[in-house]
Amino acid sequence: MSVKVRIPTQLRTLTGGSGEVAVEGATVGEALKALDAAHAGFAERLFDESGALRRFVNVFLADEDVRFLEGLSTPVADGETLSIVPAVAGG
Amino acid sequence: MDFVSGLRCRECGRAYPAEALHVCDYCFGPLEVSYDYERVRATITRERIEAGPRSIWRYADLLPVEDPHPVDLGAGFTPLVRADRLAAELGLGELWIKDDTANPTGSFKDRVVSVALTKARQLGFKIAACASTGNLANSVAAHAARAGMESVVLIPNDLEVAKVTMTAVYGGRVIAVEGSYDDVNRLCAELTSEQPSWAFVNVNVRTYYAEGSKTLAFEVAEQLGWQAPDHVVVPIGSGSQLTKVAKGFRELWQVGLLDEEPSVRVSGAQAEGCSPVATAFAEGTDAIRPVKPHTIAKSLAIGNPADGWYALDAIRSSGGSCASVTDDEVVEGIRLLARTEGIFAETAGGVTIATLAKLAGQGVIRSDERVVAMVTGHGLKTVEALSGTVQPTAIIAPTLEAFEEAMGGEFPPEPTHTPRSER
Repeated sequence: MSVKVRIPTQLRTLTGGSGEVAVEGATVGEALKALDAAHAGFAERLFDESGALRRFVNVFLADEDVRFLEGLSTPVADGETLSIVPAVAGG
Repeated sequence: MDFVSGLRCRECGRAYPAEALHVCDYCFGPLEVSYDYERVRATITRERIEAGPRSIWRYADLLPVEDPHPVDLGAGFTPLVRADRLAAELGLGELWIKDDTANPTGSFKDRVVSVALTKARQLGFKIAACASTGNLANSVAAHAARAGMESVVLIPNDLEVAKVTMTAVYGGRVIAVEGSYDDVNRLCAELTSEQPSWAFVNVNVRTYYAEGSKTLAFEVAEQLGWQAPDHVVVPIGSGSQLTKVAKGFRELWQVGLLDEEPSVRVSGAQAEGCSPVATAFAEGTDAIRPVKPHTIAKSLAIGNPADGWYALDAIRSSGGSCASVTDDEVVEGIRLLARTEGIFAETAGGVTIATLAKLAGQGVIRSDERVVAMVTGHGLKTVEALSGTVQPTAIIAPTLEAFEEAMGGEFPPEPTHTPRSER
């Protein structure tokens, strides 16, 4: 499955400035691991020691917070978009 | 000049310069303004504050931006009202209402926006933007107009009519998004990456913006004669206001403005239809699970609260509590405050008063405490919440007979005092 991942400003240093990266993966977790394989440094930014998403990292699959879906196990379909968004905003 | 020494990540402690940054590049933790408290302490005095403007800017020494001409509509220094009649109804002793309905656009958001846009202008931004549940939209649009800045305000498309009108009238752009506030917020967080030249007050300028809420604590203490209360009740949307109120009392002590070290119990108020913080408090966990909000308290309808963790921590470490109330209780809270104290609050104020009543009933808020409840927005913004519950007593023909009938035979009513003409 080819998935588009949208990258926030804070992490664009890892992608050479690019705001969008295409990766392969059948689940959200796989896609994010593929992102780290392509651009080293993502894993330590996104995941805590236990491998879960960090507290202040939100990941959206087609506009839905993956915490409302099946988290990192959520299946992704070909052509879908994942967005990595800092959680600290709003209010 | 201001006393800011930089920004620091609340999670990992990394330091950043005082620029338009809101999260840590490394761990995405929120950035917090650091002050040189020793220098503040050497400068600030009660007299210096009391000689200042009757607005939040009297506390400029403890705000993250200094400007002789801030972006200002007169936010802050709102009344602190002794609420004896409400206290009697709730079985409380000394109760005060911080009446932030009296702000220029009718909510506490004027405090944070005045700070945010003053800083944004200093940083060179020309466009003010935000994600809003309504009150912030009103305030950003108004303050941007005042400052001659353009504004782009994003709101969920199901907001109360008044909140939309009170935003659009100022002439900026108002974008209603088909979705919840959390959807709007996520869109703005993404837009911030695409529009780095816009000051999103609660995204890229949020670090400064949030500091404005400290002025609620500063004012309460000053208005109580430079004393902190024993217990405050604060509504929770993102959790930022509650966190900053707690910080505000601590800072006053740190810089030497209070005689006694404050020990303020901080309690949080949420609507049952959006209560991720109250739920975590009740369950005794640190895990705040995001929810899909469904409540009439739209200004608090944030399902994924950015500062939920910190609000929970402030509540627990202060010995406070957190509770949620139903929409019916919210309406009753609005009516109770109006009936007893003559203050008309929006739904968030209803949440605060209903939670105050609930915690008083449980004995969590005690009658021997000096209590302050934060009423943060004006009732005219959310009149829909009261439709069908308050209306004219009667609709009559313009005749004395019809009037007498409508009054149930109580006309003329028993005088409670002698009219001047009969003395």
